[in-house]
Amino acid sequence: MPEGIFCNRTPINTVEALHTLLADKSGKTYYAEMNALEVDRAALKATLDKTCKSRIRTWLEICAHCGMCADSCFFYLANNKDPKQVPSYKIQSTLGQIVKKNGDVDNAFMQMVMDTAWGKCTCCNRCGMYCPFGIDMGVMFGYLRGLCYSQGFVPWELKIGAGMHRIYRAQMDVTSEDWVDTCQWMAEENEEDWPGLEIPVDKEDADIIYTVNAREPKHYPEDLAEAAILFHIAGENWTVPSVGWEETSLAMFAGDWEACKLQVQAVYDAMERLKPKRMVVTECGHAYRATVIEGPYWAGLKSGKTPVPSFHYVEWVAEALRTGKLKIDPSKRIKEPVTYQDSCNYIRNAGLKECAREIMSYIAEDFREMSPNKEHNFCCGGGGGMNGLGRYREQRNIGLKVKRDQILATGAKLVVSPCHNCWDAIRDLEEVYHVGIRWSFLKPLLLKMVIVPDHLKSEE
Amino acid sequence: MYDFVTGPLAWLAFSVFLVGVIARVVLYIRGLDWKLDRVTYTVNVSYGVKGAIRSILQWIFPFGTHSWRSYPFMTVLVFAFHIGILFTPIFLIAHNLIMWERWGIRLWTLPEPAADFLTLTMMTCAVFLVLRRIALSEVRILTTGYDYLVLTIAVAPFFTGYMAHLQVADYRFWLILHILSGEVMLVAIPFTKLSHFVGFFLSRAQIGMDYGIKRGGMKNKGLAW
Repeated sequence: MPEGIFCNRTPINTVEALHTLLADKSGKTYYAEMNALEVDRAALKATLDKTCKSRIRTWLEICAHCGMCADSCFFYLANNKDPKQVPSYKIQSTLGQIVKKNGDVDNAFMQMVMDTAWGKCTCCNRCGMYCPFGIDMGVMFGYLRGLCYSQGFVPWELKIGAGMHRIYRAQMDVTSEDWVDTCQWMAEENEEDWPGLEIPVDKEDADIIYTVNAREPKHYPEDLAEAAILFHIAGENWTVPSVGWEETSLAMFAGDWEACKLQVQAVYDAMERLKPKRMVVTECGHAYRATVIEGPYWAGLKSGKTPVPSFHYVEWVAEALRTGKLKIDPSKRIKEPVTYQDSCNYIRNAGLKECAREIMSYIAEDFREMSPNKEHNFCCGGGGGMNGLGRYREQRNIGLKVKRDQILATGAKLVVSPCHNCWDAIRDLEEVYHVGIRWSFLKPLLLKMVIVPDHLKSEE
Repeated sequence: MYDFVTGPLAWLAFSVFLVGVIARVVLYIRGLDWKLDRVTYTVNVSYGVKGAIRSILQWIFPFGTHSWRSYPFMTVLVFAFHIGILFTPIFLIAHNLIMWERWGIRLWTLPEPAADFLTLTMMTCAVFLVLRRIALSEVRILTTGYDYLVLTIAVAPFFTGYMAHLQVADYRFWLILHILSGEVMLVAIPFTKLSHFVGFFLSRAQIGMDYGIKRGGMKNKGLAW
């Protein structure tokens, strides 16, 4: 059987196909079928010829096998320094072999590659900072995931996730109607406490177009309300698009580059349509990475930039605090020791470390840095799609130990985590290891301590 | 034999080295693809150049980066090894005398004891690099015979040169072996991992541009390598 009914090389493009795959609980049949999935060697070779160019080939070739990347990898550290977790070994034994054999590999090999690309690497890119040659194994694992996806060797959840983007232009089945309804609901729900509160949809020429993570309308609509209230207090002229509101990209985690392009194009189209001055994205790391950092390349924008200047939520918060749009009540600042989770995607891979420190200087009295921190921080343990993959749950939980120990070493019990994946990982590490920590996005913290101007207060 | 290895063979080795290295650089740059690599190499050039320079400069000095500082022993080995391998042959008095005899040019030269010291240090470092490969599990798992071969190719000219210099045994034998091994090394540079002779700079420049242009360089002062 060259291809299965569930496990095959065809992306999910229809609601029917999506429901069929979703009905295969935990991907049981999907993974069973994967054992018989044939490798299309000719296609793999053709893809290598077309896309594996001098950068990656040079990286694979000149790697001095020095092992200096070993300690940079949290999986290596969390797994008692298992040599098989050395980043160089992981990439040389997978992509290195595929390139060496020019695509002539078999099913068992590709399954090992899949288990390495998703189960032993979160594409946090930390190893690249520790290699004297600047060999970025995270980038190569991203590329490798694309090769795996094109051959149908992709974790079940991410095949679904990429399909969601293809169908709904969102990582979850949230339609444009659902989204707009949620916006209206949240505005109505809070208008009593916040007279004049609006969540303006499709307003043209606003100063800010605000975009989110589909989990927010689907599971945490209060996050949207909190964003609206903070924009309201700050006096921002803002809007959300009815279409193109989703910033995340499970397609990026899956290596489905076509879906990546479709997804970011929807956001860029919203920018073109509504002509805002700038875009602000919610507290999500990979969403920012996908839509702001990598997205322009998927969409073929030669400037390498989004159609309007784009900002992560921490940039907006830092600016609002700096300019006094948001003022913090000094008596309500966080008194207890508090630490900050530097997200790989917007700190290491997008350079926003200073914004985070600036925010903490306004809201916390006893801010404690993790060690290491900023661009050298370790991945939370749940990046790169890892949080959502049942097949690698055990590996994920082992990996969380590094973050657990980093947090505990600060002495802080509260972790500020303006990134959905980090937030989830830290929540899960508490669930698994019971170390007595709490975690929070910025929005609820800010709402507790921001000074509300008199004219915005409700009459009660 | 001496005339052959220092004549036609030497010219051939130097030509292969030079053409090979230039080809390496050209092919690398031609193989860069802004869309596949997701770096706008030719847009936002000033950020790219800044990122590339920072990426090379910080790494070219011992202890200049977090990584070098994390592995002090390895850092000393790597830098002592490379200083020996690069400076000794260029500034060796014997090599400069040959250049002077043949072409009438010479560079500043190292005092002989200094050259001896650099050579011995370089060879000692090589021994430790081998021991490190054997002793550390994270390095052992990566190591193949090819790594030892490349190290042997790099060390051979120094070992044979030192033996010739000592003049304790058959000087002629060691001298010819020295010249041959030097030529092997030159030829090996473009075709083996030794291509990091230029690959280091190309790869570091590329990742520096990546960070300088795309991954934050336009929004902060640059990555703290």
